[in-house]
Amino acid sequence: MPGESKVHPKPAARFLTRLLPVLLIFLAVSASAQEREPVRIGFMDPLSGPFASIGTSGLLQLHFAADYLFNSKGGILDGRMIEIVPLDNMQSPTETQIQFRRAVSEELRYIFQGNSSAVANALNTAVLRHNRRNPGQEILQINYSAVDPILTEENCSFWHFRFDAHAVMKLNVLTDFIALNEEIQRVYVIGQDYSFGHVVAETSERMLNEKRPDIEIVGNEFHPIGQVKDFTPYVTKIVASGADAVITGNFGADMVSLARSIIDSGLDIPIYTFYAAYDGITATLGADGKNRIRLVHNDSGNPIPTEERKQFYRDFKAAHPDRDVTQPRLMNALSMLVQAMEETGGDDPYEVALALEDMRFTTLSGEEIWMRGSDHQIIQALHISVMTDENIEFDADNSGFGLYTEHFVPAEQTVMETSCEMRRPQR
Amino acid sequence: MPEVLVFATLNGLVTGLLLFMLASGLTVIFSMMGVLNFAHASFYMLGAYFAYSISLYFGYWTGLILAPLIVGVLGALVERYGLRRVHQHGHVAELVFTFGLAFLIEEAVQFFWGQDTKNYQTPDLLDFPLFTLFGQEFSAYRGFMLAISIGIFIGLYQVLTRSRVGLIIQAAISHPHMVANLGHNVPLIFTAVFGVGTALAGLAGVIAGPVLTTFPGMALVLGSIVFVIVVIGGLGSLPGAFLASLLIGLLQSYAIAANVGMPDLLALLGLEFPRSHPLDDLWTLNLAQIAPILPFLLLVLVLIFRPTGLMGKREQ
Repeated sequence: MPGESKVHPKPAARFLTRLLPVLLIFLAVSASAQEREPVRIGFMDPLSGPFASIGTSGLLQLHFAADYLFNSKGGILDGRMIEIVPLDNMQSPTETQIQFRRAVSEELRYIFQGNSSAVANALNTAVLRHNRRNPGQEILQINYSAVDPILTEENCSFWHFRFDAHAVMKLNVLTDFIALNEEIQRVYVIGQDYSFGHVVAETSERMLNEKRPDIEIVGNEFHPIGQVKDFTPYVTKIVASGADAVITGNFGADMVSLARSIIDSGLDIPIYTFYAAYDGITATLGADGKNRIRLVHNDSGNPIPTEERKQFYRDFKAAHPDRDVTQPRLMNALSMLVQAMEETGGDDPYEVALALEDMRFTTLSGEEIWMRGSDHQIIQALHISVMTDENIEFDADNSGFGLYTEHFVPAEQTVMETSCEMRRPQR
Repeated sequence: MPEVLVFATLNGLVTGLLLFMLASGLTVIFSMMGVLNFAHASFYMLGAYFAYSISLYFGYWTGLILAPLIVGVLGALVERYGLRRVHQHGHVAELVFTFGLAFLIEEAVQFFWGQDTKNYQTPDLLDFPLFTLFGQEFSAYRGFMLAISIGIFIGLYQVLTRSRVGLIIQAAISHPHMVANLGHNVPLIFTAVFGVGTALAGLAGVIAGPVLTTFPGMALVLGSIVFVIVVIGGLGSLPGAFLASLLIGLLQSYAIAANVGMPDLLALLGLEFPRSHPLDDLWTLNLAQIAPILPFLLLVLVLIFRPTGLMGKREQ
């Protein structure tokens, strides 16, 4: 209506309309100061499908670590929060390519990945190609668990950092330990039929031949990964071979089924493993696994050396009563990454990668670990633990059973030569 | 070597009979309704999970009885309110329906029970070795599995061949329209058969759960193999399914036990390849390595040379 346009607003309203732009600007400024852009980190592992339990458990731990160690203390890089972005690759190299595209389009600069060396290799190739073609938009692969040595040897890359000892380092420690046991004369090796399983098989055989020529390898068996319903037929062969120890790199359901079948057959021999604990495995094996299951891993499960790490475990348990801290190396990787960012004062992957090289870092356990610059392989102490319910302060799966360190190898004794000839990109 | 043979046979029988429990339901459902129930193995998984939860409160034996009943009722409901509605849109719709159902059940299981392996144990009563042969124990529980499976087979066979209900079902398998014209309530028979079929799958899950581990991927691991059995046995043939189950159980078991492979074959032919040969993976392959995929190889062979399966009669 034309008459209304001539009506002047009341003084109070006029005052408000003038104040509004000022208010808006003020709000915008304060919001940007408080809420700076988060540092986004991708977590690419199986979050669905047969291996989902390991992936989701890792995601939960990384989330917790980011909040507990950094976000609750005001974030990193002067107030930026860490945001973890889950990328479900279903543990398939094909799906990994798709998820990697997604990571690129979401402009993620850091991707954590750990499960399956086949996936890690695929990701390594994808990252290398992407970084070559898109200078200035590089992506860093933070490998917290895939242990095929090839990733830090023939296929080593400037853009890949491994925060777990690789399979040959672990096997070196494990075979040393087995060699000490005079009672072991016949060893059976069984594993999943893919790159990591083959590395375990070949390395165990080679190293045991060197260290204890009297030990006979009575079996070296592969089975398809995630396909075996019942391991009893395999166990029949193990029994028939007269083996007095088993080495396996199996994980997930393949590990549980194998161990259960061995136990059910009444075969009372030690089983040397990489991954036979947590995520339901310890509870399922229960009392039958006591003193029989051994693992080679980093960061002691029991006893835990420092009060800080104990507190971390207790707080994690309070937040997630059904879960455990199964992979302390996730915290180590995140903490070192953050330290590198703080040192460079930003989140540029190239600078951060340079800062990570040869970084020495003291973990929550009070242990100094070293990221070797020549191949981007972490050097850390290794433990061989036995599954037991004695002297267990922090159990697994709320079962009363947990891992107790039986044998400790300091970091400098785990070092192995590398054949890596790294090509460093120049800027 | 004899001990390997004996145990390989026993293991093969246990696996084979377990597979039969799944395959029997699947094949009867298929022959009656023309539906390949992709969710069949999911009911097997549900059986294991229900039994696990029940066993936490009331013990294993209550779970053994209750879990298959619950799964059976669930199956019947799925047929009555899901499949039957989809039925009017044709077989493809039904197929897609069961396919989706399989995913749904897997997600539901992960949602309610989580993704971890469940600590579902054999009952204490059966926690002893039945006998020890050549230093290897055969657990009483495996004996129990064998007994249950054989019992189910005999029971099913008796019902199908000797009882009136069995006669109607047999008739409905080969001539569904004729049976309907005779005044029988064919939809009700369908629901009942679907319910019993899924209950059998559930029972298989209950008894297999403690041995083969209870985890969300258990349906996936067994699902494909069950289809293989149904096709090899001949679609709709119960004796065929029985034969194929045992065949596949034993085939896998013997293949794993056998210590032969390409190196032996090459030695026989007097051939030798260096380790650096591009096909080295092939030349070092042994039978045990490919045992779990042998059934699929057999499937392909059967489809090529005998498309109706071992004992199938009906041509599609």
